[in-house]
Amino acid sequence: MYAQMIKSEATEDDPQRLAEFQARIDAGEKIEPKDWMPEGYRKTLIRQIGQHAHSEIVGQLPEGNWITRAPTLERKTNLLAKVQDEAGHGLYLYCAAETLGVSRDEMTEMLLDGRMKYSSIFNYPTLTWADMGAVGWLVDGAAIMNQVPLQRTSYGPYARSMVRICKEESFHQRQGFHIMMAMVKGTEAQKRMAQDALNRMWFPALMMFGPSDKDSVHSSQSMAWKIKMNTNDELRQKFVDETKPQADYLGLTIPDENLKWNEETGHYDYTEPDWNEFFEVIKGNGPCNADRIEARQKAWNEGAWVRDAMMAHAEKKRGAKANGAAQ
Amino acid sequence: MNHLFEFLLRQGDNALVLGHRMSEWCGHGPALEEDIALANTALDLIGQTRLWLELAGDVEGKGRDADALAYLRDAYDFRNLLLLEVPNKDFGHSILRQFLFDAFQVPWLTELSQSDDERVAQIAAKSHKEALYHLDRSAETVIALGDGTQQSNQRMQIALDYLWPYSGEAFADDETDVAMQEQGIAPLPSDIKEIWHDRVNAVLEKAQLQQPASDFAHKGGRNGACHTEHLGHMLATMQILQRSYPDAVW
Amino acid sequence: MSKEWPLWEIFIRGQHGMSHRHVGSLHATDAEHAIKNARDVYTRRNEGVSIWVVEAEKITSSSPSDKGPMYDPARDKIYRHPSFYDIPDEVGKM
Repeated sequence: MYAQMIKSEATEDDPQRLAEFQARIDAGEKIEPKDWMPEGYRKTLIRQIGQHAHSEIVGQLPEGNWITRAPTLERKTNLLAKVQDEAGHGLYLYCAAETLGVSRDEMTEMLLDGRMKYSSIFNYPTLTWADMGAVGWLVDGAAIMNQVPLQRTSYGPYARSMVRICKEESFHQRQGFHIMMAMVKGTEAQKRMAQDALNRMWFPALMMFGPSDKDSVHSSQSMAWKIKMNTNDELRQKFVDETKPQADYLGLTIPDENLKWNEETGHYDYTEPDWNEFFEVIKGNGPCNADRIEARQKAWNEGAWVRDAMMAHAEKKRGAKANGAAQ
Repeated sequence: MNHLFEFLLRQGDNALVLGHRMSEWCGHGPALEEDIALANTALDLIGQTRLWLELAGDVEGKGRDADALAYLRDAYDFRNLLLLEVPNKDFGHSILRQFLFDAFQVPWLTELSQSDDERVAQIAAKSHKEALYHLDRSAETVIALGDGTQQSNQRMQIALDYLWPYSGEAFADDETDVAMQEQGIAPLPSDIKEIWHDRVNAVLEKAQLQQPASDFAHKGGRNGACHTEHLGHMLATMQILQRSYPDAVW
Repeated sequence: MSKEWPLWEIFIRGQHGMSHRHVGSLHATDAEHAIKNARDVYTRRNEGVSIWVVEAEKITSSSPSDKGPMYDPARDKIYRHPSFYDIPDEVGKM
């Protein structure tokens, strides 16, 4: 998902306090910033919310890649509004993480020097306009599947930012599907673009949910703390089950020969993505990792003089006001 | 010449070209809050584009809609100010350009919202509200960046020196402007030059920036006689899908 | 690292007549900048008619460990609620 492979931090706290903390979570109470919390809970959340925020910000890039080339004025505004929302979502999430005692600037530095990660999906390129459709339909579709249950997560500021994000994101997936609908009704070239986009995006979208449960060793503590609400495989299955009929509606073929309805399980069987590829992308070897970080680094470096100057101006104004008041 | 069509293209193309330039910032701004604000400005401008160009297409009467006008004209048919097509350099450059334009748009749209042409008046009234906020924000940011640090002041002065010769084109009246004035559709642009000047001067002073002495003005954008080389590159990007796939519906 | 813009808490009145409600936070250099940023960040979907901003570090909040003494004593004051008082139906609406 937007937060993949979040390792739960070990926690060395008083067992009595830990038990009381767990009881609050089990009772469905929300944990608020000033409440006592295990150090592991705090650190795991910083990593998870930070990774989620970074994913929103880096996620602006592959779609931002097509804002200047959108084919109509209406598509241009829709896409721009969507990519702008992602900046907003990154902002809400950074603010939620900041309540845990880490600043946005610190998190940004950790993204840029590789100490913090972002979702693997944004390391894949957007090559045609159909990718704007496929990203909205599949990537936002997968994200929503994870984010809806996170509205009930135990950490108050995180849960509240997810509520806001889910409300705003409701148009994102539809925006993507709408593009796909136009493409499949269009010319041969457009149909080809649409199928090509699905071919490239399908397995990377499945990877968003993180490794298979049998290889995912970090889940149980996070699930007990209600900062992870479902297992990776549960959500992946739900995604496949919901997406297959949508692909049928579009007349597109999901690039998986093994994708078949299974009467016994009541779900679709499907081929797992290539997990070696996934781990390579996480390590930095995806098609766009270097470009994405370079773009973020550039914005950060070139924005420094602006951030400094605006702060300096505000301080001068404050100083002048204080002087005026003293006289 | 259909002067009303020409006039409407100028309004629409200004909004389109600047909206496009501002949209290039999305995902690359100096802070998230500024990134989001720039996108809001771009969204307003592209929204205005659709209204002006739709009306332009109606007035022309040849069946062209806003998209046909935006995506299927070449550079010599564009009627935007040169100021708006030069590329983004740094953030200060973009925000200063935005300010110089906003300081024009606010009094201009105030006048246009009194136009005898009801359709023009309506679009202008809606755009005017947006322009007021743009001006408020861009003026404050120009002041902050001019006043902030020695480095930021230098950068802003460089931007001003570059942009200034492009700022005078807006006020160079021509026969279309005279025709619009005679028909009660719009005032002469030169009528608002003083208001623009006063507002710009006040902000530049607070920003501790030196207004360049020369009043030389590049021309050729608003009548299409001679655009900069930059517009062609912008259009090559913007129009690529419509040009490459002429039969497609998106 | 240079100095980070301070954090502000944002409160928005959604409709005329309603209270301002906390909607989230953002960074800004001063109060005026915070108002503008709040307008751009938190009212993109026509959510507001009025904005309050407060610098986050200026907020004083109650301490969670005082939760018992702070809030429990109000729990048994049920006579403060209208449902405590039985009034016969024939009296009419009250």
